[in-house]
Order: sequence, then structure tokens, then C-alpha cells
Amino acid sequence: MSMESADLKLDGNAIGGLLGEVFVGELTVARSTCGSCGAVREIGALAVYAHAPGAVVRCPGCDAVLLRVARGESRIWLDLQGVSCLELRVPDD
Amino acid sequence: MAGAAVLGRLTWLLAELVELVPETPRVTSLVLHVPGWPGHRPGQHVDVRLTAEDGYQAQRSYSLAAPANGERVVLTVEELEDGEVSPFLTEELRPGDRFELRGPIGGYFVWDGSIGGRLSLVAGGSGVVPLMAMLRHRGAAGVETPATLLYSSRTLDDVIYREELDRLAGADPALTVAHTLTRQHPDGWQGYARRIDAEMLAEVIGSPDGGATAFVCGPTRFVEVAADSLVGLGYDPSRVRTERFGPSGS
Repeated sequence: MSMESADLKLDGNAIGGLLGEVFVGELTVARSTCGSCGAVREIGALAVYAHAPGAVVRCPGCDAVLLRVARGESRIWLDLQGVSCLELRVPDD
Repeated sequence: MAGAAVLGRLTWLLAELVELVPETPRVTSLVLHVPGWPGHRPGQHVDVRLTAEDGYQAQRSYSLAAPANGERVVLTVEELEDGEVSPFLTEELRPGDRFELRGPIGGYFVWDGSIGGRLSLVAGGSGVVPLMAMLRHRGAAGVETPATLLYSSRTLDDVIYREELDRLAGADPALTVAHTLTRQHPDGWQGYARRIDAEMLAEVIGSPDGGATAFVCGPTRFVEVAADSLVGLGYDPSRVRTERFGPSGS
């Protein structure tokens, strides 16, 4: 069976664990605004391509790269360049 | 900082295997005891990390198969040919053995009855696992929301949780379970016998009248077909929640 890039598409859910190392709280329900088309979606609804050394997260509407995240030994690289706003849920005081 | 204790960052916990439950020739459920497990919601998953003696690590995600039950955690794992992690979990691990996991992870692909509206579930192969956690929760908690599961497997022997699904559907008029078998079906088979398509989804799931929410889990292409068909049936894309697990599976 040939492996095409369409087969490697996952959902934001797939990087919930990795983002959970960086952020406090559940990131798959955080809402991100696409810096390219302005669409607002929960991280869980975004398209994830995890076949690179890290994961590339794209807007399912306009296909722009929203964020990239990679895990190395004792470090994580997080590029949020394509996200214009990230809204996280936090508990009230 | 009242929230800090509740909302800590994910940390690795040590899970001990209590019992292996064969589900199909290729699928096994692992009953685990995880000290410090904080509880979870139906649809969430865990990351499993194995470390070799030389320090090499391999990590995979597995769905939680059962509703929260103290420190008892159940994963259902499909053994992949040439897999790095799944053959270890299903073939080599023995009761009493330990490995690392972290979770629960996910809040998007979760159903605990609070969303409201009909529950529409579409599963391909081992994609049924997180959906089974939802159905088990629905049954155990006495949630009366009508639910439908359309479940695609290769053959009848590959249907995970077959008897339990029959039992749940038989005892609950609000639950419908429909099977399709894509590779081989027994003589006299009453269910579908082809890959899922828009027509099948229209017949089994139907339109989302009254605000149904759909959860679709399976291999990437399966999920794409199902999600597109549901949107074609009138589902709002935001009410079609997907979990793709890549190229493996049926």
C-alpha cells in the first residue's frame, strides 16, 4: 500500500499530550485564531501532520500553517507564528 | 493559585498490568492499575511510553476504553504488524509488569452526555474504542440520549466488543448498532457488506434534526469519507468531531 500525505493527516487531539507538557490545562479545547483567514477553532478541530520530525498544525479552512511543535531531548520547540490569538480556559480565582 | 493543584501539567505515571482480555485475534484489552490516576471522561486518550534498556524510547497514544473507575484504567490495543509498541503491550507484557503512561488527554473528542442532542457514532476498526467508552458511560450512567453506532470492520471476527454491543443494543431501544463488513461476511449476513459511503450514513445515521453531535474515529481516509458525508447530511462541521489514527487499521 502506498503511503500518501493524506494518510498522515491527524487531528489536534493527537498533540494534546505534547502540548500538555508546555501548557497548564487541556489544550485541545483552547481556541486558536488563524492569523491567515481569521477562523476560530478549538485545537482539537485543527489538522495535524505528524510525519515531520515535529508536528505541523494547519487551519482546516485555509490550510495555512498555524503552529509547529517538536520534542527533543529535554526540550520542546514551539512555533506559534500562524496563530494570531490563543484563548485558554483557566479556573476563576 | 487554587487551580494549580487541579490543572497541573501532564506527568508520567506508572501503570501496572492487572489483566489481559482478548477481544479479537488482533486486539487485546489491557486492564491497568494506575496509582494517582486523576479520573477521565469518555473519549479521552493516554500516551504510553516504553523505554528500552539502552534508553531508547517509543511513545504511542491509546484511547481509554472504559469510563472512569478509580485507579482502574482500561486500554484496548490493536496489534500492528511491525509495530514498535503494540506487540509489546499485547504479547510480551505480563500481569504485574509496569510501564509509563500519561493522561487523560483531550477535551474536544469527549462525550459525557452534557452536550445534549442525539449521539451519532461512526467507527472504523479499532476506532470503536473511544466510542465504546462513550456508550459504556451512557449505559452505566443511565443517560437516555438516543444513540446510533455505525461500525465498519474487515470481517465478523474483527468486530471488537461484539457481544457487549449486541447486549447493549438488545437491552436499550434508544441505542442502534449497525455493522458493515468490508472484506468478508458470513452466509446470511444481514448487515452491510461494503466500505462506508454517503448512502449508508444517510440510512443509518440520517439527518441531524434536533442538534445531534457526531463522533467519528478510524483511519484517516475512513474519517474523511464519514465526516464529509455527515456534513452532506446537514451536520454543522463543528458538530462533527473527528479522531484520525493515521494509515493503519482497516
